[in-house]
Amino acid sequence: MQDLGISILFKGINFQRLLGGLWVTLRIALITIGLSAAFGLLFGLLMLSKNKIAKGFCRVWLEIVRFMPQLVLLYLVYFGFARIFSLDLSGETSAIAMFTFWGTAEMGDLIRGALTSIPRHQRESAAALGLTPAQIYLHVLIPQTVRRLLPQAINLSTRIIKTTALVKMINVTEVLKVGQQIIGQFYRQPDAAFWVYFTVFLLYFIVCWPISVLAGRLEKRWA
Amino acid sequence: MDWSFIGEHVPDYLGGAAVTLRFGLYGVACSLLLGLVCCLLRYFRVPVLRRIAGGYIELARNTPLLVQLFFLYAGLPRVGVRLSAEACAVIGLTFLGGAYMAEAFRSGLEAVDKSQREAGECIGLTRAQNIRYVLLPQALATAAPALFANVIFLIKETSMFSVLAMMDLMNVADTLRTSGGRTVEVLFMLIVAYLIILLPVSLIATWVERRLRYAGFGDQHTV
Amino acid sequence: MDTILRVRDIKKSFDGTGVLSGVSLDIREGEVVVIIGPSGCGKSTLLRCINGLEQIDSGEIWLRDELISGRKKDMHLIRQRIGMVFQSYDLFPHMNVMDNLLLGPVKALKKPKEEVEAEAVAMLRRVGLEGRGQALPRTLSGGQKQRVALVRAMLMHPELLLLDEITAALDPEMVSEVLNVVIDLAGDGMTMAIVTHEMRFAEAVADRVLFLEQGSVVEQGTPEQFFHDPQTDRAKQFLQSFTYTSKRERS
Repeated sequence: MQDLGISILFKGINFQRLLGGLWVTLRIALITIGLSAAFGLLFGLLMLSKNKIAKGFCRVWLEIVRFMPQLVLLYLVYFGFARIFSLDLSGETSAIAMFTFWGTAEMGDLIRGALTSIPRHQRESAAALGLTPAQIYLHVLIPQTVRRLLPQAINLSTRIIKTTALVKMINVTEVLKVGQQIIGQFYRQPDAAFWVYFTVFLLYFIVCWPISVLAGRLEKRWA
Repeated sequence: MDWSFIGEHVPDYLGGAAVTLRFGLYGVACSLLLGLVCCLLRYFRVPVLRRIAGGYIELARNTPLLVQLFFLYAGLPRVGVRLSAEACAVIGLTFLGGAYMAEAFRSGLEAVDKSQREAGECIGLTRAQNIRYVLLPQALATAAPALFANVIFLIKETSMFSVLAMMDLMNVADTLRTSGGRTVEVLFMLIVAYLIILLPVSLIATWVERRLRYAGFGDQHTV
Repeated sequence: MDTILRVRDIKKSFDGTGVLSGVSLDIREGEVVVIIGPSGCGKSTLLRCINGLEQIDSGEIWLRDELISGRKKDMHLIRQRIGMVFQSYDLFPHMNVMDNLLLGPVKALKKPKEEVEAEAVAMLRRVGLEGRGQALPRTLSGGQKQRVALVRAMLMHPELLLLDEITAALDPEMVSEVLNVVIDLAGDGMTMAIVTHEMRFAEAVADRVLFLEQGSVVEQGTPEQFFHDPQTDRAKQFLQSFTYTSKRERS
C-alpha cells in the first residue's frame, strides 16, 4: 500500500529542510526590511526637502519601482548588471540589493505621507499652548507620525516577505526551491507535489498572517 | 545596443505583451467582481459567507502569488485537478486580486457615512437599490485610487505567469536571453514593453482621480 | 379619526444600557406629536425604532393595522410609507437636488419620472427653492439642504413623517426657514412625530407634547398645558433650564 503524499514531509529531515529554506527567505526579507527602514527615512526626508533635484531624483526612483514588476528589476540586477558592469553578484546579494532599492522608495513614500498627514492646526494649537518647538515635536507631532506610519510600515514588511518568493527565479535555494528538490526526490509519490506546495503556501501564511493582524490591530487602535 | 536585434524581435514582444495584457485584464475583471462580492458579504454581515470571505481575504493577502501559482499548476494535478496554464493564470490572479480589491472596496464603503445608508433605507429603497444608487457611487469615488493601484499591481504580477510556461512578456524575454545571450537588449525591451502597458493605466488613473476630486462631495460633515 | 401609529410598551437597550424602558404612544391621522426631553432621554431612539433603523427588544409597533416591529424581509415596503428626516440632512452628495428627490419615488415606488418631476418642481417652489433642481447639495446652505430633505421625504407621500432634530445642525438664522415649512405641512394635515429642542416651535406646531426622560414618558398633554402648567417636577425643571437669569437679577 502506498503512503499518502503528506507523509514525505516527515520522512528524514524533509521538514527541517523546508524550514531551512524558509529561513533563507526570511533572512533576505529581514535584511531588506532593516536597510529599507534606514534608507527610507533618508528618502522620505529628501522628498520633503526644498531641493528640486533631490525631489526629482526621488520621484523618478519611486516611479521606476512602481512601474516595473519586481521580477523584471530582479532580472535586471542579477543578469543585467552582470553583463553591463561585469559584476557577478550572487543570487542572494542581488535579491537584497534589488529589494532594498524597492523597499527604500516605498518606505520613504510612507514616511513622507505620514509626516505630511498631520493637520497644520495640530502644530498651531500646540504652539498656542506655549510649547517650545522641541516640545511640539516630542509630544504632538512625532507620536502622531509614528502612529500613522507604523501600521503601514508593518504591512510593507509582509509585502517584502511575500516578494522574497521571487528569489527562486534567480536560483537562490529558498523554501520553494527546497520544496521542488524534495518533490524531485520523491517523484514516485504522485501527490507529493500537492502536499509540498500546500505546505509552502501554509508556511508563508503562518509567517505573514500574524504580522498582518498586528498591523490591523495597531491601525484600528490608532485610527 | 544592437538595434537590429531589437527590431527583429519586436514581434515577439508584441505577442508577449498581448498575453500579458489579455490575461492581466481577465484577472483584473474577475478580481473586481470577486472583490465586490466579498466586500458586500462582509459589509452586510451575511452570516457564514462573510466569515468565508474574511478567511479567503486573509489567505490570499498573506501568501505570494508565485506559491499560489505553483500550487495550482504543479500541485493540484497530482490530486486529479487538471487546469490549463491559462486557467491557472486567471484563477491565480483572481485569487490574489479579489482580496486586494475587496479591501479597496471596503475602505471606500467605510468612508461613506452610515447615515447615508439610513437615508437610503428611509426612502424605502431595497438593499440592492441602496447599494446601486446611494452607497456604491460614493464608495467608488473614494476607493478609486486604491482600485487603480491594484490594477497596476495585478498587471505587474502577471510577470509570474512565466512559471506556467505561458509566453507572456517575461517569458519571451527570458527565452531570448537564454538562447541569444543579448541580455542588455532583451532586458531593455522588457522594460520598455512594461512601460508602454502601464503608463496609460497610470495616466487614466490620475485623470479619473482628479475628476472625482473636482466633483468632490463637499461639506457633508458639518454636524 | 383613524389611529396611524400604535407603539406598545417598547423597550430598547444598547449594550445593557436601557434607552427606552416601556414607551407607549398613539398617533392619530393628522396629528402632530412633539417629543421633547433632555439629551440622552431616548427620543431619537424612539423615532429610529419606529422606522426600523433600530430593532426593539420587546413591545410592538403597529402602522395602521399592520405589525411592523420585528420584521426584516420587507422593511423597505414599510419605510416607503414612513418618511424620516435627520439632523444631518443626508442628501446624497453625488446627485443633484432633482435626482435626490426622484430616487425614492421613481426607484422605490416605481412612479413615472415625469409625474414625480412635475410634483418635485412644485414642491421646490413651495419651500422657496424654485429652480434649484440642478444644484449639487454641497452648493446649498444648511437651511436649503434641510428643506430639500423635507421635500425628498414628502414626495414619497408618507402616511407618517418622523423629524429627528432637523434644525440642530443649522445656524440660528436658518432655523425658521426650515421650521416654517414644517408648520406649513402641519397645516395641510400631515401626520408627524417631531423631536426638537426648539420650544417655541414645539408650542406652535404640536397638537400634543410628549415629555420623555430616561426612556419613559413622564408627562404628556396639549402644548398649552405642558408649557404653561406642567404637572410634574421633572418637566418644570426641564422647562426652567431654557431660561437664563441675568447678571443684574442675580445680584
